[in-house]
Amino acid sequence: MEYFVQQLINGLTLGAIYGLIAIGYTMVYGIIGMVNFAHGDVYMIGAFQAMIMLLICGALGISWVPLQLALMLVVAVVLTAAYGWTVERVAYRPLRGSSRLAPLITAIGMSIVLQNFVQLAQGPRPKPVEPVIRGGIQLMQKEGFIVQLSYLQMVIIVLTVALMSAFAYLIATTPLGRAQRACEQDMKMASLLGVNVDRTISQTFVMGAALAAVAGLMVTLYWSVNDFYIGFVAGIKAFTAAVLGGIGSLPGAMLGGVLIGLIEAMWSAYFSTEYKDVAAFGILVLVLIFRPTGLLGRPEIEKV
Amino acid sequence: MSIAHARAGAATRTSPYLVALKEAGLTAFIVFMLSILMVGFQTQALQGQPLSYVTRFDAVIWSIVIVPFGRFLLALDRQGISKPALVIGLVGFFYLFGSVVLAWMTGSLGETTDNSGAIVTYVIGGPPLPYVDPIIDAIFGLGSLFVAAIAWSTLRRARRGTLTLEAREAQEHQRMNWARRASLILGPILVAVAVALPFTPWADRALVETLTLILTYVMLGWGLNIVVGLAGLLDLGYVAFYAVGAYSFAKFSVDLGLGFWQCLPLAGLMAASFGVLLGFPVLRLRGDYLAIVTLGFGEMIRIVLENWQSFTNGPNGIGGISRITFFGLPFERTPPEGTESFHQFFGIEFSTLQRIVFLYYVILSLALVTNFVTIRLRKLPIGRAWEALREDETACRALGINPTNTKLTAFAMGAMFAGFAGSFFAVRQGFISPESFKFLESAIILSIVVLGGMGSQVGVALAAILLVGLPEVLRELALYRMLFFGGAMVMIMLWRPRGLLAHREPTILLDQSGWFWRRKAKQ
Repeated sequence: MEYFVQQLINGLTLGAIYGLIAIGYTMVYGIIGMVNFAHGDVYMIGAFQAMIMLLICGALGISWVPLQLALMLVVAVVLTAAYGWTVERVAYRPLRGSSRLAPLITAIGMSIVLQNFVQLAQGPRPKPVEPVIRGGIQLMQKEGFIVQLSYLQMVIIVLTVALMSAFAYLIATTPLGRAQRACEQDMKMASLLGVNVDRTISQTFVMGAALAAVAGLMVTLYWSVNDFYIGFVAGIKAFTAAVLGGIGSLPGAMLGGVLIGLIEAMWSAYFSTEYKDVAAFGILVLVLIFRPTGLLGRPEIEKV
Repeated sequence: MSIAHARAGAATRTSPYLVALKEAGLTAFIVFMLSILMVGFQTQALQGQPLSYVTRFDAVIWSIVIVPFGRFLLALDRQGISKPALVIGLVGFFYLFGSVVLAWMTGSLGETTDNSGAIVTYVIGGPPLPYVDPIIDAIFGLGSLFVAAIAWSTLRRARRGTLTLEAREAQEHQRMNWARRASLILGPILVAVAVALPFTPWADRALVETLTLILTYVMLGWGLNIVVGLAGLLDLGYVAFYAVGAYSFAKFSVDLGLGFWQCLPLAGLMAASFGVLLGFPVLRLRGDYLAIVTLGFGEMIRIVLENWQSFTNGPNGIGGISRITFFGLPFERTPPEGTESFHQFFGIEFSTLQRIVFLYYVILSLALVTNFVTIRLRKLPIGRAWEALREDETACRALGINPTNTKLTAFAMGAMFAGFAGSFFAVRQGFISPESFKFLESAIILSIVVLGGMGSQVGVALAAILLVGLPEVLRELALYRMLFFGGAMVMIMLWRPRGLLAHREPTILLDQSGWFWRRKAKQ
């Protein structure tokens, strides 16, 4: 039981991170129907920028943890959003209206470019990061096994929940969210009605990148090691999460993220660490076979 | 037309220079945001010390100057002032790129390692360049060339004047015709060159090996073309079948001691049955769901290969795969007792090149078989059904084509050729490990298909030469190789969104007068 609770906590934390990345995939997919393969690498860049900002904080002598966190968050989010914007502007916007595969290939190309850019600019070695938030509270204890909820895990979960609510509010009520939903339904009609489609798509990428940057920051603190390759695996898992939850659906992305996190944590705890990714993909396949639109996805109605 | 006029009118009211300056300012801001942390600070992970950093603000400042300047020129170009972009772009290219190439050719490029262990090259005694690393200077030089090229095309278009819609359509048609004719002529030429090449004087070991590698990808590209180009199924895990082919080949060869020509069909069969096995549950899915599931399967197979120690020997891989023989005659200087080797049988001098050239011909013929089968299949009902399925699944269903079975055959067919290619890979390397079957491979193969122009066989071959040959040529650039590779992928796709030789037309057309007519055989 105690072991299970501990894995539940770990899985939820992991799932929160995946969920944040998955939102970027699901929003972009919802609006322009493409798989943004470079999104995982944008998240990796977010992690690097958070890490560099942490180092700069150290150099400037800022040691008060909340201020450190706030600085990392703001700087990483703003600068990573610029990456999201640039990727869209350079690689996807010129291909709007061409075949579905063309942007997919530029996305793969962009992903290779970003990975190698970071490898060149920051060196290929893994970067260890010193823990910022230490300690935690003990929830249960039995026969020497301590169930611990670390402060960091609390921060991650609380931050994710806060961001998700803010985000849901943004999509549901603001003009920006309305424009996005309009573009998602019918881009041509939206542009006829005065929605600036290009700008809306750019904003979607910026928002996705910003959330990915938050995830990157969390991962930097949580796993305390970064290298240029982390974006690939996390990206695939997050995309899996987005598909699992029903691509195009925001709550679906979050649900999918949490599920993938839980599956991964439970599988590694009870079966084997090596096959945790196989388990995640296997469950995805099973879900898609029985519910081809994902858990919360709307069924696609095809007009002939 | 009127829109273009209105836009031009609006631009002239506010000075074009002001507009360009505004864009340049925005670009400068973006470049600053992109580079300030990622380029300005280089983190260093030294052994036993906490993470530290060194600053590189000079590079950031140069980028903030150069990139917006290029943007300024492009903005001017867009508003009809193209000459400055052309001139300055060319000057920038010759200065930045030329001086680096000159330094490289005269041997005045030096190398040093910085404290993070990365190799930094620099120009000795050359003209002053903005970046310490000459490759980055060269990249910016290529960027200048890009600016000049855009200005050049604008100037050319301006001289030709605005086209009417019909003229543009005619031009498009002409281009399509050109692509088709080019592939008709280029195909046999490429094959002839490929057959003759090992006998030409400059066919050394390195060249033949590179060509063998390229041909492997050509074959994989043609195999995937059946799935993606013909049947329109987006497969992101094609490398899984390549891996299955290679591993089953290795198991048959090492454990059962079968020879290459016995293992090859078995490995193809294994891969094809894996295709059916994996395809069966997922082929009901459409479009991108299929993509992610195939991606997942690709990763799953790699993970299984990495962890199933007793069967695949894990990350260490399987070695000692017996070498290829010339239909039973080994390529060895001293063959084992009682057998005859290739050079003894034919009474020629022994050379290590013989085996390599033979491997080259094996993959060439395998690739050509793939090509031939694909071309013939397109003319059979099943090939027609694939193409119809690609265009409209619902209509196919209405016409009584079973989509799942049709897709499954395409999937199995593609998988089989991947299995053949995998066997070839295993026998060429003599050693396989999960390392060789990463997602990047799938991505490269898919890019070859899409860049080539989906469905175009010659296009696939050209794209493979470009995408696989380019990194081999650029081996000098070491770490920058993949950066160029990714950049090239993006640029080619932006330049020709429908692929290098795109002429995706159905094999059968309904003529306007109501007659069916069959197009002549095309590649």
